[in-house]
Amino acid sequence: MKRTIAVTALAALAFAGAASAQNEQFIPTNFYWVGPYAPGGSGFGGGIIDYMQMLNERDGGINGVKLTWEKCETEYNNARGVECYERSKNKGPTGATVIHPLSTGITYSLIEKATADRIPIISMGYGRTSAADGRVFPYVFPLITTYWSQATVMVKYMGQKMGGMDKWKGKKLVLVYHDSAYGKEPIPILTDMAKQYGYELTTIAVPHPGNEQQAQWLQVRQIKPDWVILWGWGVMNPTALKAAAKIGYPRDKIVGVWWSGAEEDVLPAGSAAKGYISAGFNLPGSDFPVMKDIKKFVYDKGKGEFEDKSRFGSIYHTRGVVAGIVTAEAIRNAQAKFGKGKPITGEQMRWGIEHLNIDDKRLKELGAVGLMPPLKVSCMDHEGSGLVKFQQWDGTKWKVLTDWMEPDRKLVRAKVEADAAQYAKEKSIQPRDCGKDSM
Amino acid sequence: MLYREAGQFKSTYSQDQQIFPILQDRIGVLALLVVAFVVVPLVGDQYWLSALITPFLILALATLGLNILTGYAGQLSLGTAAFMGVGAFMTYNAMLRIPHMPILGAFVIGGLCAAAVGIVFGLPSLRIKGLYLAVATLACQFFVLWALNRVGWFSNHSSSGVITAQRIEMLGYGVDTPAAKYLLTLAIVAVMALAAKNLMRSETGRAFMAIRDMDVAASVVGIPMMKTKLLAFAISSFYCGVAGALYAYTYLGTVEPEAFTLDLSFRVLFMVIIGGAGSILGSFLGAGFITLFPIFLNLASRWLENALGIELPHAVVSNSEAIIFGGLIIFFLIVEPNGLARLWQITKEKLRLWPFPH
Repeated sequence: MKRTIAVTALAALAFAGAASAQNEQFIPTNFYWVGPYAPGGSGFGGGIIDYMQMLNERDGGINGVKLTWEKCETEYNNARGVECYERSKNKGPTGATVIHPLSTGITYSLIEKATADRIPIISMGYGRTSAADGRVFPYVFPLITTYWSQATVMVKYMGQKMGGMDKWKGKKLVLVYHDSAYGKEPIPILTDMAKQYGYELTTIAVPHPGNEQQAQWLQVRQIKPDWVILWGWGVMNPTALKAAAKIGYPRDKIVGVWWSGAEEDVLPAGSAAKGYISAGFNLPGSDFPVMKDIKKFVYDKGKGEFEDKSRFGSIYHTRGVVAGIVTAEAIRNAQAKFGKGKPITGEQMRWGIEHLNIDDKRLKELGAVGLMPPLKVSCMDHEGSGLVKFQQWDGTKWKVLTDWMEPDRKLVRAKVEADAAQYAKEKSIQPRDCGKDSM
Repeated sequence: MLYREAGQFKSTYSQDQQIFPILQDRIGVLALLVVAFVVVPLVGDQYWLSALITPFLILALATLGLNILTGYAGQLSLGTAAFMGVGAFMTYNAMLRIPHMPILGAFVIGGLCAAAVGIVFGLPSLRIKGLYLAVATLACQFFVLWALNRVGWFSNHSSSGVITAQRIEMLGYGVDTPAAKYLLTLAIVAVMALAAKNLMRSETGRAFMAIRDMDVAASVVGIPMMKTKLLAFAISSFYCGVAGALYAYTYLGTVEPEAFTLDLSFRVLFMVIIGGAGSILGSFLGAGFITLFPIFLNLASRWLENALGIELPHAVVSNSEAIIFGGLIIFFLIVEPNGLARLWQITKEKLRLWPFPH
């Protein structure tokens, strides 16, 4: 009896193996569902999977090529992230199409490996900012907007609130950041802008995971800053808001990074979060046509990723959907160039991402107007948009404060190119010539 | 059975004192080395080499380092990850700042810097023992991470504090493929493990163990306390430093100081405890158990799902892996508090006496 079961199981495995060699496109979903950062990982991961599931259910994939994926738990840990990457990169008929590391640390660890393996990385709204220079980083795409763009928009927004950028002179700005590569990304650009606008910058580190911040916020109380930028992640965010409430620092003077601006970041803080402002490159909501499609084709059939339906349409969820849209559009793009209805390779995907052009018309077709800003990627510019919106938590939901705001492109680009050039020198990389449209 | 020693006679002292006195052990170790050096690189695919075996070897080396200090010399330390961090960052700086630096030389420099830090933070061990010493080494853990984060020189003023390992080149050949990196790691780990095994049979090793078993008695018989304890810290930190350098150069390629948090120190300490304190073999067994077993569980749950044709919620799978892993640790510690190495030792003793065990 035992043997029959074993044989059947083996046969089933063999069958599963044979079945997977069809017309399929494999996209690894290496995110995190446990640990202190699980709200972000499961929300984002849920969004991207829901979108791909919706494409499979509604359109039968992309031009008939079904999207497949496999979850791998990275725990937001670099070593596990690399292990997941190695595990997933050869799955599917053409290997991993694209990697979304969803961790600045893992992105850094994968830049060289993925470039060598010719698998593009999309680090949407995180990762190494200077990878926006596509000449030096052909396989890395910090799409939509980067940390440096965001930092300039934040300073601009605060300046507007005070009545002009010249009001910055002599003001005090405090950066409360997650003590990791992620948290340290904005420091150089904020320092540069401090010289330009004449504000006084103090940076205060919060060690991982950030569930104890008394000392840091007492320091904030001593400094009495005009504005605080909160560069937190996971459990650090509600803790910061609670600590700010305790020392009586006004919450509407705290501006959070987009990884500090989801429902999961403010709800645990309760009333302490009311009035808190955060940046964002996507909006929450379940009324966008694309979200309605996901509801109709995925959730109504019981195939949704979330058991807790209240997370549907939350910020992390729609951000994952945006990642899904970007991924699917790039695949569509690459198929149009290299053969419709066939799985594409990582190298072809790279071309697809680099020639992404999601304008307002395409956004309308996708049913995602307002969900994300328009996006146009090129060899020179791997960021593609740079636009940021601000939103405020009114105690029950996020209220949009501004339209898409422009970053200080000149400043950011100069810094990006300088940093990328230094990287190229250290690694002796010959930057690509963007004049030639290479494969 | 396997271990029957009938016919193995030792007629000289040197034969009696050799590193593996039993013939089967010598053959076994030799076979293992052949498999590791020849068969594994030929058979193993990229995933196995670069994501499983290489990190296992590196953490085994770090465990070995801590085992020298904690298992043999009896000094409890929670600074392992800090020593690894020093090794990684100083190797990076040696490669960066000294022209024409050979990679092995840079590893040695990284190791020596870690040893120097180890000696400084080992000084409290002259006065305090046990858990109190662990707390003192905890200070090392936090101080080193703080310094690596705050002093720009260590990361060459990288804005994010991340260092990217330079390309490894040896004798004109680039060590780029997973197999090449694996072989480099394996060679270093094998040589250092052999050195540790020999060290523990020498006068120094015996002095370490004497201090571990009773330091007052050890000093009465004339073992210099200060020199021996600090030597233990230095050697242990050297091993950890080289392990950290390998972690950066042959495994991740890019590291930030956060890779070397207290979490890693604890993991290495657990590897020592699970594997067996005071055993070279135990270091490898412990590292294997703690690094590879969670991944095995993860893969096993996937196979189980495929075989049964069901899909479990991912969060349930991830959490139950942690539960099973924790449960097994408790199980092993209850069944054999002296670690996996002791289990092997018992098995070996039984096999040697088979079929007439006492």
